[in-house]
Amino acid sequence: MAAGIRTNELRKVYNTAPPLAAGGGGFSFAEKRSKGKQPKPEIVALNGISLDIRSGEIFCLLGPNGAGKSTTVGVLTTRVKPTAGQAWIGELDVWKEQSAVKRLIGVVAQRPNLDFSLTAREILVFHGAYFGQNSNERNTRAASLLERFKLTDRADQIVRGFSGGMMQRLSIARAMMHDPQVLFLDEPSAGLDPQTRLLLWEIIREYNQSGKTVLLTTHNMEEADALCQRLAIVDHGRIIAFGTPTELKASVPGGYLVRVRFGQHSPDLLERLKALTGVREVRSTENNGADLYADRGGSLVSEVANLAVAANAELCDVHISEPSLENLFLHHTGRSLRE
Amino acid sequence: MNYKAFMAMLARDARVARRNIVALLFQTFLQPLMFVFIFGRVMVGSGYMSPSYKSLLLPGIMALSMVGTGIWAVAMPLIAEFQFTREIEDRLLAPMDISWVAIEKVVAGTLQALAAGIMVIPAAWLLLRPGVDLSLHRPILFAIVALLVALFSACGGLALGCSVEQTHIGLMFSLVVAPMIFFGCTYYPWSALANFPIMQKVVLVNPLVYASEGLRATLVPQYPHLPLLAVFIGLLGFNALLLTVGLRQFHKKAVS
Repeated sequence: MAAGIRTNELRKVYNTAPPLAAGGGGFSFAEKRSKGKQPKPEIVALNGISLDIRSGEIFCLLGPNGAGKSTTVGVLTTRVKPTAGQAWIGELDVWKEQSAVKRLIGVVAQRPNLDFSLTAREILVFHGAYFGQNSNERNTRAASLLERFKLTDRADQIVRGFSGGMMQRLSIARAMMHDPQVLFLDEPSAGLDPQTRLLLWEIIREYNQSGKTVLLTTHNMEEADALCQRLAIVDHGRIIAFGTPTELKASVPGGYLVRVRFGQHSPDLLERLKALTGVREVRSTENNGADLYADRGGSLVSEVANLAVAANAELCDVHISEPSLENLFLHHTGRSLRE
Repeated sequence: MNYKAFMAMLARDARVARRNIVALLFQTFLQPLMFVFIFGRVMVGSGYMSPSYKSLLLPGIMALSMVGTGIWAVAMPLIAEFQFTREIEDRLLAPMDISWVAIEKVVAGTLQALAAGIMVIPAAWLLLRPGVDLSLHRPILFAIVALLVALFSACGGLALGCSVEQTHIGLMFSLVVAPMIFFGCTYYPWSALANFPIMQKVVLVNPLVYASEGLRATLVPQYPHLPLLAVFIGLLGFNALLLTVGLRQFHKKAVS
């Protein structure tokens, strides 16, 4: 039975200890103690997230650190209790039917949370045992996953000495051990070398082809673009865009983004830039800069340079982006995902 | 409850305990047996302590070993596994209610504490003999008391392990465990506090008092001890309290 994922207006407000179970960084609680008896600071991690992820698709939550991606995964995997709203895996309510939900899901956390007292093989075998697999089944499956993830030669060593990449691969193998219908991967390729990342993508695609749903979070646009059938862009606990990568890229006015910076401020220059052929939208940015959303890139540069000279504001910096999810994020938030 | 997952977690804890067996044995027995040797053998042998002290000491040492083992076996892994690495997460994600993960820890700790108790008796007896008058007239009562003591140690471990941060482990031992041991009637019977009436009342809030006195009542009943009814009420009450607090703290740590 394949299963989709739905959420309805999820909200999560933290006012207690750091959200370790959310697995997410990005929140600072440093001020908490120094404020004495003042009210505890409230941090809104999720501010009304509604999702409908189809059974059997690779879906991606894309957003910067602290956007609420990990908290969303935390709620969907029973690790974080939402302040309001509901979440379902298939037909099961995540909070009311936790044990049944846990049977359907496999989870790879942002940081490797392996059982450091065990060897790699034992981690897989015991995981299988927690899910009721018999001894033959779990040993065979563990051996084949170790092979698939290229861990066979270190299989009988305690994992404490493993490199970050090996721990990450083992975490993913463990999540697949009980063959879950829905696989959650929280920033799975963070810290992986390019070769291992490609292996991971291949494994994710292969797993998805067997009819399984995959939800992954990332702040890497290339990864979202390459892997996902649909995605949601998340920022400050809200979904700011939702659709297929192609649809989303097409939703940016013009598609191309030309970021320019001038030597000095010139008020009517922006107006003239707007009038250029193919320019759909111009936004002024910090340090005498402007973002031009347009349906062309390189050919615009000489015209911009000429206008700048005419306005006595020398062109200092130009950056051209082809249609991308990065442009979309910038268009919605005014910030770059990479910042 | 999911029986298979529960048993698999017990098997996991057994595997880890077996891997660390040598360290575990030293940790459990070295200090109590040195104490037995110095106070039961050297001090008694040189005439500074009365020979009957040997018999009074042994049940206290048994309580001490059991409680130390149980608290350590449950609290230390929990403190480590709830830290930044969140090692416990694979068990929290097993298909059963997370309270059972905590209860599994309590069961594993209880078994380890019982093993420690059973092993410390012959070891201490060998160090102390001759002159120890153990009289196991009521083996079933002894078994029940020993079980309640082991359970108390594991529930205490759960409550402490889910309330203490890793940076405060040292403080946990000097502020909670050490006073509990010294005011826990392990090295002396409760009746010996008759000359310190206020302290004699105050130490009754210490669950280790009921553990030591309960083992004294069932191993060396010829010496003064708290009535068994008080022991049962004390141990059952503290077990229920510590288990409730421990489970609540566990949930707080497990779900954010």
